[in-house]
Amino acid sequence: MFDSLSDKLGAIFDGLQKRGALKEADVTAALREVRVALLEADVALPVVKDLMGRVKARAVGAEVLRSVTPGQQVIKIVHDELKETLGSDGQGLNIHRAPPVPILMVGLQGSGKTTTSAKIAKRLTERDKQKVLMASLDTRRPAAMEQLKTLGEQNQIATLPIVEGQTAADIAKRALQAAKLQGFDVVILDTAGRMAIDEDLMAEVEQVRRIADPAETLLVADSLTGQDAVTTAKTFDERVGITGVVLTRMDGDGRGGAALSMRAVTGKPIKLVGVGEKADALEDFHPERIAGRILGMGDIVSLVEKA
Amino acid sequence: GRSAANLGGGITGIFTKAKLDDDTLEELEDLLISADLGPAVAARVTEKLAKERYDKEVSPDEVRAVLAEQVAQILDGVAAPLDVERGHRPHVILMVGVNGTGKTTTIGKLASKFRAEGKSVMLAAGDTFRAAAVEQLAVWGERVGCPVVTTKLEGDAAGLAYDALVRAEAEGIDVLMIDTAGRLQNKAALMDELSKVIRVVTKKLGQAPHDTLLVLDATTGQNAVQQIDVFKDQAGVTGLVMTKLDGSARGGVLVAAAEKFDLPVHFVGVGEGVDDLQPFDPQAFAKALVDAV
Ligand SMILES: Nc1nc2c(ncn2[C@@H]2O[C@H](COP(=O)(O)OP(=O)(O)OP(=O)(O)O)[C@@H](O)[C@H]2O)c(=O)[nH]1
Ligand SMILES: Nc1nc2c(ncn2[C@@H]2O[C@H](COP(=O)(O)OP(=O)(O)OP(=O)(O)O)[C@@H](O)[C@H]2O)c(=O)[nH]1
Ligand SMILES: [Mg+2]
Ligand SMILES: [Mg+2]
Repeated sequence: MFDSLSDKLGAIFDGLQKRGALKEADVTAALREVRVALLEADVALPVVKDLMGRVKARAVGAEVLRSVTPGQQVIKIVHDELKETLGSDGQGLNIHRAPPVPILMVGLQGSGKTTTSAKIAKRLTERDKQKVLMASLDTRRPAAMEQLKTLGEQNQIATLPIVEGQTAADIAKRALQAAKLQGFDVVILDTAGRMAIDEDLMAEVEQVRRIADPAETLLVADSLTGQDAVTTAKTFDERVGITGVVLTRMDGDGRGGAALSMRAVTGKPIKLVGVGEKADALEDFHPERIAGRILGMGDIVSLVEKA
Repeated sequence: GRSAANLGGGITGIFTKAKLDDDTLEELEDLLISADLGPAVAARVTEKLAKERYDKEVSPDEVRAVLAEQVAQILDGVAAPLDVERGHRPHVILMVGVNGTGKTTTIGKLASKFRAEGKSVMLAAGDTFRAAAVEQLAVWGERVGCPVVTTKLEGDAAGLAYDALVRAEAEGIDVLMIDTAGRLQNKAALMDELSKVIRVVTKKLGQAPHDTLLVLDATTGQNAVQQIDVFKDQAGVTGLVMTKLDGSARGGVLVAAAEKFDLPVHFVGVGEGVDDLQPFDPQAFAKALVDAV
C-alpha cells in the first residue's frame, strides 16, 4: 500500500514524459494504479468498474495528454468522480412530520446501531430541542437493552421501560404508543444486529418497519467494511427501504471505501458519520474528506489547486 | 461483496469457453477481489493459476478446485488449535480487537467449550468503558456457568485484571479469559492502556498472558491487515479468531494476513449462539470462499 496515489502517479507520469509525448496507453496504465488504489481502499468492485469507466472516458482526452501535470489531472478527475458518486454534503435527518416521528436503526451485528441511537438522540435533544425517546428492540444480544438504558441515563435521554418476553414488533408498538401518550417528538427504535442473508431476522425487521412507518430508516454501517458493503447495502435497502446511511468508526484509519460503495449501490445519502465511542462523536458527512481518504491523500484541496 | 454463491456462479458464468485465457483470468481475479483477498493477493493467486493452466482446457469445477487448493495452501500453515493445557494454572487468555468485532461473544463461546471439556473457567470483565459491557459478559457467565470478575464502570481495566488473576490463582481455575474494551488500532492512548493491562498480567504471572487473541470481523476489508499489524506489535497478539462468517462476507483478508504474518488462526465464529464457534479449517474456508453453494 502507498500513502499518496498522487505521488505515485506523479512519478509514473514524470518517467513517461522524459521519454517523450504521452500516449493513451500511458494513461490507461496509470488508471490501473488508480483501480488498485480504490480496491485497496475497499471500494466495492462493481463500483470501481463503473467509476473507472467514467474516469477513463474523461482521462484519455486531450486535456490530460497535453497537460504539464498529467498525474495530477488524472487524480483530479478521479477525485471529482468520487465526490460526485458520494453525493452532496451532509443532509440532515428528516423529522418534519407530526410527532412522534419514528427513526429506525438497522444494520449488521456490531456496526454501532445502539451507540449511534444515543448519539442521534443526544444531538436532536441538545441541538434541535426535540424530546426524544429511545427503545431497544434487541431481544437477542445479551444486555442489549441495558446498554441502551445506560446510554440513556448517561445522556439524559428517556428510554422505554424494559419488559421481558416481548417480541421486537411488540416493543415497537409499545414505544410508539408511549411516545404518543407522553408527548415525545422523536422515537428512536434500535434493533438487533442481523446478517443480510438471515431470512428470519430480515423478516422481523421488515415487520417492525411496517408497524413503525419510520420517517428515517438508517442503515448503520462500519466504515471498515470490505467488499460485503454491496450485499449489505443492497439487501437492507431492498428489504426495509433505507432512507440513509450512517457510517461509524470513521475515527479509524480505514480508507472508507464502503461509503462510496453504499452510496453508489443504494443511491441513498450518507447522513452522518460516527467518529468515536462517546455520545457526542457524531458529525455531518463531507464527501470531500472521504474522497481524499479513499485516494490516500489528506489534503485534496491543495492537490486540486496544483492540477 | 459477492457472496460465495455469486463467486461460484461467477466462475461457472465465465466459462463460455473452455480455455483459460487472459480475459478469464482477469475475471477470476475480480472474483477473488470480491471475496476481500485484496488486489495484490488476488493477482498473485490468479498468476499462479495461469502458470499452471494457461491455455489448457479447464472445466469450471476444475478451476474452482484449483483455486480453492491454492487458497487452502496459503492458509494451511496458519491453522492451529488453541492449546490451553500447557501447564499453566490459570491459563490466561486476553481478548483484544477493534470495536464490535465479537470479543465478548467469542469469550462466551470459548468458555462453553472449555467447560464442556471439564475445565474450570473464570471470566474477567475488563471492558470497563462501554455501556453494559460488564452485564453482557455476566449474562454469558451465567449461561455457561462460570464466575465473572467485575468492577464498576469507568474502573481501571488493569486493576480488574490483577484482581481476577489473584482470584483465579486462589481458586485453582484452569482458564481465565480477560475481556477488553474494543479499540481502534490507530488510537495510541487506548493501545497504551492495553499495554498496561498486559504488563500487569505479566508482572503477576511471568509468561502471561499465555494467549492474546485478536478477534477479526469477517465483514472488515483490507483494514484488517493494519489491525493485525498494530495489535501484534503493541499487544503481542499470538493468534487470530475470525467472526461473522455466517454472513455474506467471506473474510478473504485472512489470506492476505496468512501471507504477511506468521500468526495462527484458531477459530471462526459462525453465529451468535453459544455453539457457533468452529476450529479454523483451511480447506472448508477456502472452499466457501470460491465455491458455489
Ligand atoms: N471508535 C468508534 N467506535 C464506535 C463508533 N460507533 C460505535 N462504536 C463502538 O462499536 C462497538 C459496537 O457498538 P454498538 O452500538 O454496540 O453496535 P450495535 O450495532 O448496536 O451492535 P449489536 O446490537 O450487537 O448489533 C462499541 O464498542 C461502540 O463503542 C464510532 O463511530 N467510533
Ligand atoms: N452473526 C454473528 N454475529 C456475531 C458473531 N460473533 C459476534 N457476533 C455479534 O456481534 C455483535 C458484537 O459482538 P460483541 O461480542 O459484543 O463484540 P465486542 O468485540 O465484544 O464489542 P465491543 O466490546 O463493543 O468492542 C453482537 O451482536 C454479537 O452477537 C458471529 O460469529 N456471527
Ligand atoms: Mg445494539
Ligand atoms: Mg465486548
